[in-house]
Amino acid sequence: MNKHVSPKMNRRAFVIGTAAVGTGLAIGLDLPFGGPAVVRAAAASPEVNAWVVIRPDDTVVIRIARSEMGQGSLTGLAQLVAEELECDWSKVTTEYPTPGQSVARKRVWGDFSTGGSRGIRSSQDYVRKGGATARVMLIQAAADEWRVPASECTVAKGVITHTASGKTTTYGKVAEAAAKLTPPAEVKLKDPKDWTIAGKGLLRLDTADKTTGTMVYGIDIKLPGMLNAAIKDCPVFGGKVKSFDEAKITGMKGVKKIVKVGDSAVAVVADTWWHAKTALEALPIVWDEGDNAKVSSETIAKWLAEGLDDTQPAYVGNKNGDVKAAIAGAAKKVEAVYNYPYQNHATMEPMNATALYTADKCEVWCGTQNGEAAFAAVLEASGLPAEKCDVHKVMLGGGFGRRGMTDYVRQAVAIAKQMPGTPIKLLWSREEDMTHGRYHPITQCKMTGAFDADNNLIALHYRLSGQSILFSVRPDALQNGMDPAAFQGVAQSGEAALGYSVPNLLVEHSMRNPHVPPGFWRGVNVNHNAIYMECFMDELAHAAGQDPLEFRRKLMGKNPKHLAVLNAVAEKIGWTTPAPQGVYRGIAQVMGYGSYVAGAAEISVTDGSKIKVLRIVASTDPGYVVNPAQVERQIAGSFVYGLSALFYGGCTVKDGRIEQTNFDTFNSMRINEMPKVESVMVPSGGFWGGVGEPTIGVAAPAVLNAYFAATGKRIRSVPLRDQNISFA
Amino acid sequence: MANLTINGKTFTLDVEPDTPLLWAIRENAGLTGTKYGCGIAQCGACTVHMDGVATRSCGVSVAEAEGKKITTIEGLASGSTLHKVQQAWIAKDVPQCGYCQSGMIMAVAALLSEKPKPTDADIDEAITNICRCGTFKQVREAIHTIASA
Repeated sequence: MNKHVSPKMNRRAFVIGTAAVGTGLAIGLDLPFGGPAVVRAAAASPEVNAWVVIRPDDTVVIRIARSEMGQGSLTGLAQLVAEELECDWSKVTTEYPTPGQSVARKRVWGDFSTGGSRGIRSSQDYVRKGGATARVMLIQAAADEWRVPASECTVAKGVITHTASGKTTTYGKVAEAAAKLTPPAEVKLKDPKDWTIAGKGLLRLDTADKTTGTMVYGIDIKLPGMLNAAIKDCPVFGGKVKSFDEAKITGMKGVKKIVKVGDSAVAVVADTWWHAKTALEALPIVWDEGDNAKVSSETIAKWLAEGLDDTQPAYVGNKNGDVKAAIAGAAKKVEAVYNYPYQNHATMEPMNATALYTADKCEVWCGTQNGEAAFAAVLEASGLPAEKCDVHKVMLGGGFGRRGMTDYVRQAVAIAKQMPGTPIKLLWSREEDMTHGRYHPITQCKMTGAFDADNNLIALHYRLSGQSILFSVRPDALQNGMDPAAFQGVAQSGEAALGYSVPNLLVEHSMRNPHVPPGFWRGVNVNHNAIYMECFMDELAHAAGQDPLEFRRKLMGKNPKHLAVLNAVAEKIGWTTPAPQGVYRGIAQVMGYGSYVAGAAEISVTDGSKIKVLRIVASTDPGYVVNPAQVERQIAGSFVYGLSALFYGGCTVKDGRIEQTNFDTFNSMRINEMPKVESVMVPSGGFWGGVGEPTIGVAAPAVLNAYFAATGKRIRSVPLRDQNISFA
Repeated sequence: MANLTINGKTFTLDVEPDTPLLWAIRENAGLTGTKYGCGIAQCGACTVHMDGVATRSCGVSVAEAEGKKITTIEGLASGSTLHKVQQAWIAKDVPQCGYCQSGMIMAVAALLSEKPKPTDADIDEAITNICRCGTFKQVREAIHTIASA
C-alpha cells in the first residue's frame, strides 16, 4: 500500500493510502515517513475535516501543518485540537499533510511556515476551530443515528452519550457518517480556563523514536536506487565556479557523476556520501571569487562604524520628543558603542534534501521549517507545475531559522534534474554548513543617554548600524526601504515594543548590507537589540547611581506587562536581598514575538575572566501557555543557544569567506556549562505570544550585567572569547 | 572488504579500511540511528560503544573497529525491552529535535555502566556531547533519576 496522498482529491474523499499514481509516488513504498510517531491515517479512514481523521479503532489522527524541529509545536497544536475535539488524548497521533496537498485544496491547512515563534500563536484559532467543528459533526452523526437532538448528547474522551436513553457510541464508530455532514458555520471555542488537555505539561508525542534511532531525519532518507551527493559552493558568497578538473576524480571509487549546480557550486554524486565527499575534496575547482573576496571582518566593522555617525542616513523606527536638543541641554550624558557578530545556526543535522526528478514529477524529502517555501523552490528549480511537485516533510535535526531557507532544496533538485529517474540525497558536510549559512546579522549600536540635574533619564538615542535580514530575504516586507524588523524589542508598538518611556527618544537604523547572507537566527534581531538596550540601561542606572531594577521600574509605568515579568524575576531571584558571597546578579527584560520576558542571572567570576553562570531565572508572559513543560524546555534551550553565541560564537570574515568551519572553531555549550534555569510563567491572557525565541534575548544581557556587577568591567562586544573571557 | 560486529551481528561490508566507522555504520550497514554532526569527533552525535567504551565513530576507521564489539543505538535495547537510559529519556521527555540524542544516550549508557551513581562532576566530565536545542537540564535530571532507581 502506498503511503502517499494523491494531491488531486476532493475534500470529502481525502483518504490516505490510495493507489500509487505515477513513478514518484510508487517510489515511496519503502519510506518509513517520519516513523510511527508521524503515522499516516489508515486506508479508508475519512477525514472529519482537514485537521481530524478518526479511524474505526478510535485512533485520532491530527494533521499538523507546521514543522516540528524540537520546539514541541507538534504536540502543542495537537493538544489544542484535541482539547476542542474532546477526544481521548491517549489515542492521538499526528501526521503532516504535504504542501502539494494543501495547494491542491486551496491551502486548507493555511500557513506551513514555522518561524518567528508563530507555530502555535498564528494557528491556534483555526486549529482549535478545526477540533471544535469536528466535535460538533461527530456528535451530530451520533444524534442522527439515534434520532435524538444533538443538544441532548454529550461527549467525553471520544465517547458520545445520550443521557436520557443511556446510549453510547464512540468517535470511531460515527466518523464515517460525520464526514458526510455539512460543517457548522460557527463554533464556540472553550475558555482556556476550562482546558483539560491544552495548558497541561503533557509528554511530547514524538519522543520514543528519538531514543531508539528510528526517527527519520532528512539525512536518513533511503529510496531504492538512491545515490548520494556532496557539494561545494563557492567559499566567497556571490562567487562563481570558473572551472573544475573532472578527469582528476573520474574513476574514483563509487563516483557516478560530477555536476555543476547553478553557477556557483559543484557536486559529486556517488554510491555513498563518504565516497562523494572524498572525491569532492580531491576535485580541483577554480573559483571566480569576484570583488567580495576583498571583504573582511575589519572592512565590515569599519563600514558599520561609519553608520553610527549622525550625518549618515538612517531609518527612524521609534521616536518622540527631540533627542538631540535634550542631549545638548542635559546635565549629564552617557555614551557607549556595542557590537554583535555573525552567528551560524549550526543545527546538529547539516543541511540536506533528497530529490527525485522525472520528466513529469519532482518530489523532495527534507526537513524544512516552511513546507510551502520548499514546495515553491521545487517548482522553480524543477520547472514543473504545482500538480507535478511535492515536498515530504520529515523531522528536523534542528532548525533555529536556518531551515526556513530553501537553498539546499534548490540544490538537491538541480542535481536530481541532471540525473532524471535517480533519487539523489544531497548532504552538506559540516564545513559546507558552517561556511554557507544564513547568518545572524552583524550590527553595531551607539547609544547616548542624557540625564537632568536630578538624575532623571530625559533622552535616549539608539543608533543601530548594520545588516537587514529582510533586505536580503524578504525585500517585499521593507517599508519604503526601512526594515521594520530591525527594531525588534525597541519598537514603538506591536509585538516587540520597547518597555521604557523616555521623554526624548530616537531609535534609528543605518542599514548597511555586507555580502554575507543574513537569515533569521533564533531570536533574530531581539538578540542584539536586547543586549544593546539592556546593557546600556544597566550603564545608565549605574551612571545615575541607582539600582538597575529600580531604574528600569521608573521608566516602565506605562508598560505594565513588561514590568510584571521584570518584577516576577526580581522576586524569584531575591533581587532585594544580597546575593551569596562571591555571587553577582544581572537583570534584563525585553518583548519579542508577542511575549513579555525578563531574566536575572547569578554568576561568579574567577580571575576576572572565568565566568560560572550559576542560575538564570526567566519569566515569560506569552498570554497563554499550551504546554508548560515544553515552554520550560524552550526557555532553558534558548539560553543554551544564546549563551553559546555569547561565549563561543561569532563568525568572522576573511577574504570574503567565513573563517569558522566546524565546532572546533565555532563551539557550543556543554552540560558542564549549563546553569540552573528556573522558569516563571505568568500568562495574563487575552493575547497569544510565542515561546521558542523571546527568552533568548534576556540571557546574554543578564549575564553581561552580572559580569559588570562582579568586575566593574563593561563588555560591549560579542563573543566573549575575543575578550579572553570564558566559561569557568 | 571489512568484517564488523555491530549489535551482535557480523556485517561483511564493501568499504575501504580508512572509511570512518560512522559512515560504514550508516551507509554500508544501513543503521542510520547513529548521526553525523561534525566529522571531527567534537560533537558526539556519532557516539557508539566499542567494546563497551563510548566512542565517537567519525574518528575511528573501519580498520580500527574490526574485531571490536560495536553497539549502536539500535542495539542498546535488549529485544523489546528498552535500556534504562532510553526508558528514562521517554519518561523525562528529554529530547527536543532528538538528532544528538542517539549519541547522548550512548554516552550516558557508557557512563552508567562504569559509574552507576554518577555525581554532577562525573556527568560534567563524561558527557561532552553538543546539543544545540539545549536539553542539558533534562539530561542531567534523567541520569540522576536512573541512578537513584
